[in-house]
Amino acid sequence: MNAIFSLILVLALVVVATLGAGAAKMQTIFAYCIPGTAFVIFLVGFTCKIIGWAKRPVPFRIPTTGGQQQSLDWIPQNKWDNPSTGPQTVMRMLLEVLAFRSLFRNTKVVLKHDDGKNPIVAYVSAKWLWLFAILFHYSFLIIAVRHMRLFLQPVPFVIQAVDFGDSILQILTPTIYITDVLLLTGVGFLLARRFFDAKVRYISLVNDYFPLFLILGIALSGVYMRYIAKVDVMGIKDVVMGLVTFNFKVPAGIDVSFYVHLFLVSSLLAYFPFSKLMHMGGVFLSPTRNMPNDTRIHHHENPWNNPAVKPHSYEAYEDDFRAPMHEAGLPLDKSPEEAA
Amino acid sequence: MSKMVKPDELLKTISYTPPAEGWMDLPVNTSPGNWAYPAKQDKVEYLMHEMPGIFANPRQWNPEDVDWKLPSNWKEIVVNGFRERLDKYRSLKLFMDICVRCGACADKCHFFIGSGDPKNMPVLRAELMRSIYRGEFTTAGKILGKLTGARVLEEDVLKEWFIYFYQCTECRRCSLYCPYGIDTAEVTMMARELLHLCGININWILEPVSNCNRTGNHLGIQPHAFKDIVEFMVDDIETITGKRVKCPLNEKGHEVLFITPSGDAFADPGIYTFMGYLMLFDAIGLDFTMSTYASEGGNFGLFTHADAMKSINGKMYAEANRLGCKWILGGECGHMWRVVNQYMDTMNGNMQGPQMKTPVNPITGTVFENAKQTKMVHIAEFTADLIKHGKLKFDKSRNANVVATFHDSCNTARGMGMFEEPRYVLKNVLDNFHEMPEGTIREQTFCCAGGSGLNTDEIMDIRMRGGLPRGNALKHVVDKHGVNTMACVCAIDRATLIPLADYWAPGVNITGLHELVANALVLDGEEERTMNLRQEPLPGFEEE
Repeated sequence: MNAIFSLILVLALVVVATLGAGAAKMQTIFAYCIPGTAFVIFLVGFTCKIIGWAKRPVPFRIPTTGGQQQSLDWIPQNKWDNPSTGPQTVMRMLLEVLAFRSLFRNTKVVLKHDDGKNPIVAYVSAKWLWLFAILFHYSFLIIAVRHMRLFLQPVPFVIQAVDFGDSILQILTPTIYITDVLLLTGVGFLLARRFFDAKVRYISLVNDYFPLFLILGIALSGVYMRYIAKVDVMGIKDVVMGLVTFNFKVPAGIDVSFYVHLFLVSSLLAYFPFSKLMHMGGVFLSPTRNMPNDTRIHHHENPWNNPAVKPHSYEAYEDDFRAPMHEAGLPLDKSPEEAA
Repeated sequence: MSKMVKPDELLKTISYTPPAEGWMDLPVNTSPGNWAYPAKQDKVEYLMHEMPGIFANPRQWNPEDVDWKLPSNWKEIVVNGFRERLDKYRSLKLFMDICVRCGACADKCHFFIGSGDPKNMPVLRAELMRSIYRGEFTTAGKILGKLTGARVLEEDVLKEWFIYFYQCTECRRCSLYCPYGIDTAEVTMMARELLHLCGININWILEPVSNCNRTGNHLGIQPHAFKDIVEFMVDDIETITGKRVKCPLNEKGHEVLFITPSGDAFADPGIYTFMGYLMLFDAIGLDFTMSTYASEGGNFGLFTHADAMKSINGKMYAEANRLGCKWILGGECGHMWRVVNQYMDTMNGNMQGPQMKTPVNPITGTVFENAKQTKMVHIAEFTADLIKHGKLKFDKSRNANVVATFHDSCNTARGMGMFEEPRYVLKNVLDNFHEMPEGTIREQTFCCAGGSGLNTDEIMDIRMRGGLPRGNALKHVVDKHGVNTMACVCAIDRATLIPLADYWAPGVNITGLHELVANALVLDGEEERTMNLRQEPLPGFEEE
């Protein structure tokens, strides 16, 4: 249900773009107005969200410790899973952000019922999610970098190199990009586990299916443009450079699939700051990952610490129990006579 | 326990396939056995007086009834409290915003593994709150409702929170695997705080908090009774070793203040661990005192409210100052060390008196650099240092009949990272040690399913289900290596692992680390020992 609704939503976006830029000839709106607006929404929305998180206090240092703490000199510390200094924490974050360290830990629980004779709960390694997540995210990144050739004139060497590397297989004409295949594989896997893993299906919302279908739509429309419609890339670059340099020209002779692609990308950009896709920014701010485990070593200040919260005092305690304490021979600050 | 089904029967009831209805349509089951008893009215009233602003609505109520006698403006209270916490804790706001529901956490929770209840998947446990966040605080949620996973705050939602946020032990196993570090413990803490504001609470937590406030410990042991208990243990040590050890109470002018959970003073087998501490201190001639005012290492405030935690914790520094101690040595406890390691100095560091100094082991001269700010050292760190410097003499043969494994408590594992110290100590006091399977130990350790204030008998079915992963791992080493002892460094473990082991892996003793240390420890001037701290014959003395 949630999946079908999300799919319909994405198809509707495709129809809007096809009709709008194709039949209704609103190319200027679809080439300039919508992408420009979407980009502004993305930038402002993303920034506001990050600022909103960053300005909220972190009252306590609560890293989830994933290895041996800093302790006695002769006990080797697991510095990357349980950092106690800034640089170690940076290392932990790099591993988290660049290598998906935590997801790499993933296990799968297996429960075997063999007549109750020897019931076994086992935890088997489950790296598939990590692998496809890595493929998906890095492909997406490389594709985004590759697209920079449309935004820059002359095209910097780095981007040419990425483009060359990505198409190194030299199959088909135009040559196939490796990342196109990997991205589609990645999205396909992430969607498939939402369909077929009962637990994941159970927790999936429109918020989960919609971005996946949207990215699938973007990838497929891109693939269609390149390999089937074989769109006029120089024409597109003119449009894009026009957008970047605010030198708008009425686009002409570009296949409608370009407008569909661009509209879906615009939808993604505009949707991004209000969605779970903000995990991209949020992962950097997660208090269980980005803090050293060092509260026993350095003082950390809680900005809303309330000095009025005090312990029940010893004086009150002794007042409460003075007689039995005296009788038991426990030392007292005030003897019963003094207190009387 | 009488009503518990047999382990193999229980196992057959577990299925990880979720039901056909969506989780929002599943009715909440408030029948007995699904909840711990609500707090007694007088405890809530006392705490409202002692810790203002945290608790409310003292009354007699029964979770089985339809009417929970909530305040008329409960909805406003919860929404406002939620908003306030979203602004006070980046963690909460972030964890509400960035979950992608990848499901990596789904099968990491011991309560899910043992029950198959979908709302025990950490992701869904958090969605119980996240759905309200969307419905009350986001525009999309307000407009699109259920489609975006949003829902309206109704009384049934609070009931659901009560059932499921008291089926989370704040063990943080899920947060280890989450690609964004989303920590369900944070969510559970916030939910419990909001429930307290409406008077929804459990006695097993509030009574210890109220006891701790008044008597200095969770169990409500009054000072003179505490002294009796300690003397009783000193007597027992004399019976076993022929030597009378010291345990100063409330005495000024000692170097070290020793604080351990009161569970160690109260019940078998914690008392043997307590005796172990005293024997260790005797062996090295430590200049220490204990306190009846600060006679609790644990802190049930952690399971209640940030301010309650702070208030209870403050006694440690207050007492160190009053008695003129230079630093604090802490006993074996799980959540105590989460508080000491991640909260204590931030909350109460400014209470430290000028006499408090970076802890130095007076016997070895080792400076505990990792405790230089908090000035509190874990006894496993302390003992490991003593052993490394050869300051302790052991007769391992006294532990020859012990085949041990070690249970990492969730809090010292994922809220501290203390793995090698207790293992080093253990391996120095006995010869037969076997780890439980990888994936169930160290940072991946499983909870005893009774942490965070859930070690109460009326929810034994929930506890035994949650204990399945730990119990099964234990059973594995029992069958494979003949393990007969599970050591741990947590007072709650010492209470909860006993029924857990009896149920899932019968025949395994639960011991504290320092019980085993003291069994092997050779004291100056002691008599030949024929029995261990439990007064059972030592190997070689069985016939007498």
